[in-house]
Amino acid sequence: MHHHHKHCDELFADAEAAAAEKDWAHAKMSLGAFHGDLETHFRTEEEVLFPAFEAATGMTGGPTQMMRYEHAQMRELVARMEEAMREQDGEAFAGDAETLLILMQQHNMKEENILYPMIDRSLAGQAGSLGPVLRERLASA
Amino acid sequence: MHPNLSFEQAPPISVPFRFFLTAPLFGIAAGLLLLWQGGEMLSSRWMPAALAATHLLVVGFMLQAMCGALLQFVPVAAGGNIWRPRLVAGIVHPLLLVAAGLLVAAFLSYRPALFLGAAHLFVAALGVFCIVVGAAVWRTPAQGPTIVALRIAMIGLLVTVALGATLATGLASGAQWPLLALTDIHAGWGLGGWGLVLLAGVSYFVVPMFQLTPAYPAWLARGVPLLLMLVLILWTLQLLGFPAEIRMAILFAGLAVAGAFAVQTLRLQFRRRRKVKDATLLFFRTAMVCLLVIVASALLFAAVPQFGQDARAPVWLGVLALVGVFVTAINGMLYKIVPFLNWLHLQRLGGMTVLPPTMNQMLAERRMRQQLYAHLAALVLLLAAVWFPLLARPAGLAFALDCLWLAANLVTAVRVYRDFRDRIRAAA
Ligand code: HEM
Repeated sequence: MHHHHKHCDELFADAEAAAAEKDWAHAKMSLGAFHGDLETHFRTEEEVLFPAFEAATGMTGGPTQMMRYEHAQMRELVARMEEAMREQDGEAFAGDAETLLILMQQHNMKEENILYPMIDRSLAGQAGSLGPVLRERLASA
Repeated sequence: MHPNLSFEQAPPISVPFRFFLTAPLFGIAAGLLLLWQGGEMLSSRWMPAALAATHLLVVGFMLQAMCGALLQFVPVAAGGNIWRPRLVAGIVHPLLLVAAGLLVAAFLSYRPALFLGAAHLFVAALGVFCIVVGAAVWRTPAQGPTIVALRIAMIGLLVTVALGATLATGLASGAQWPLLALTDIHAGWGLGGWGLVLLAGVSYFVVPMFQLTPAYPAWLARGVPLLLMLVLILWTLQLLGFPAEIRMAILFAGLAVAGAFAVQTLRLQFRRRRKVKDATLLFFRTAMVCLLVIVASALLFAAVPQFGQDARAPVWLGVLALVGVFVTAINGMLYKIVPFLNWLHLQRLGGMTVLPPTMNQMLAERRMRQQLYAHLAALVLLLAAVWFPLLARPAGLAFALDCLWLAANLVTAVRVYRDFRDRIRAAA
């Protein structure tokens, strides 16, 4: 999961730089790839990881709900960036990109520093069964 | 509709913002003090007005900004639960404000009662702060170098305040204590153990995050706070009295650690994946370059006694550390934190239906850049004024305007927040 975060960053940076140079064709390609990756990542978490965590800990209203909520915020921002791209509005694109970047980064850090360790601890017994599922889903990105 | 923030107890926005909006006011005061006092103030570190200005920056600007940031950062980024943040901010913020005022007045007047009053208030305010935030960073389930740094920084703050209060009491009572050594130890813990360790811990988190750089190497990230603490423990032993050469060696060990952190930060920024350059990046780079200039200057002062023995040499280092490193880095950080917190809180207030303005609409990149240039101009003038006293008054004025500009930019962002919040409420 951690490596997958870094890969998303790369595509994001590419799209942002292209938009700053008004190279919209390039921006469209990078943003498209980024969006696809982000969705895969979100869905893997929402459909595999979070339910497993919730089942193991019995916590359904806590950390995972917050993570789901942030996923929704990020999806909304990506949609806005796509709209700005269609309208070739560099200013709006940069503003949303800036917000998305920080939201995404602090979300990743929380996942990596807090949620994943919690998941590792509560899922210690199941690591064998969950790992391959996660890998396979991320590889299909 | 609203998420259950069970492990992300973000405090109300007013908690950090009261600190952030107060910080630049102390910078304005420091600039005005220099404008009023003129060149003599920078002639030695022991000038009463220089001590007053130092503390306007350290217990005014720095401490306000850093305490506010910690109340936000610890729960959100470090997973630590802060006990009743609104109440803690409500106690700590006004106490710090009054305490800083008393301490500055004490330096300017040398009235014992003011020193004692300041010492008591600081111990009360920071005692509460250290217990609450310390408990949160000790009990967090999160791990990693940032957490280690936060813990060490809290120790650094405690030691600094204890020594500061001791010094203040000593000055008030005229006791025959080794005030000189105590001052150097206090300054070391304050700038190194509290300021730099906290800056490093937060950098591990935000440098990769804002600019998409690779992470700090684990050995360095863990090593910097731990080594700085070790160096400071040795530095404290100078109370037992040891030869000047050993004292010098310890000082340079500390500077080497600081330099390694600065070099690594610059290298990471050089290898960043994000190509867009923003104001915060430039502020941060300036801060790291200043840190390296401190190391280079200290080497020069040691090598050429003719410079090193000049009473202005420590003032030069002080301006670089306080204005060049800390005020600059904090200024850059505020430009990310304030618009982002605005956005986050508005987003929660409006739910998914109302989209808040983007970060750039809250505070335009152009305005941050302009203030950056004002800040660089003020910094250069201040550094020049150390050696050319005629420049002191213009430098003081420039720094006051620089901080006023920062305050104005922050207020603009908060206004956008308020307007939008009121619109959401009116629509609801
Ligand atoms: C929390 C952050 C603080 C930092 C970073 C800090 C930093 C410093 C520095 C760098 C100096 C040396 C100034 C110079 O050489 O010109 C100093 C001196 C001093 N500080 Fe602080 N300080 C802090 C808090 C405090 C507090 C809370 C108090 C009082 C309660 C205090 C009282 C003093 C006193 C009395 C001196 C020595 C003045 C003398 O010997 O004439 N400081 N401090």
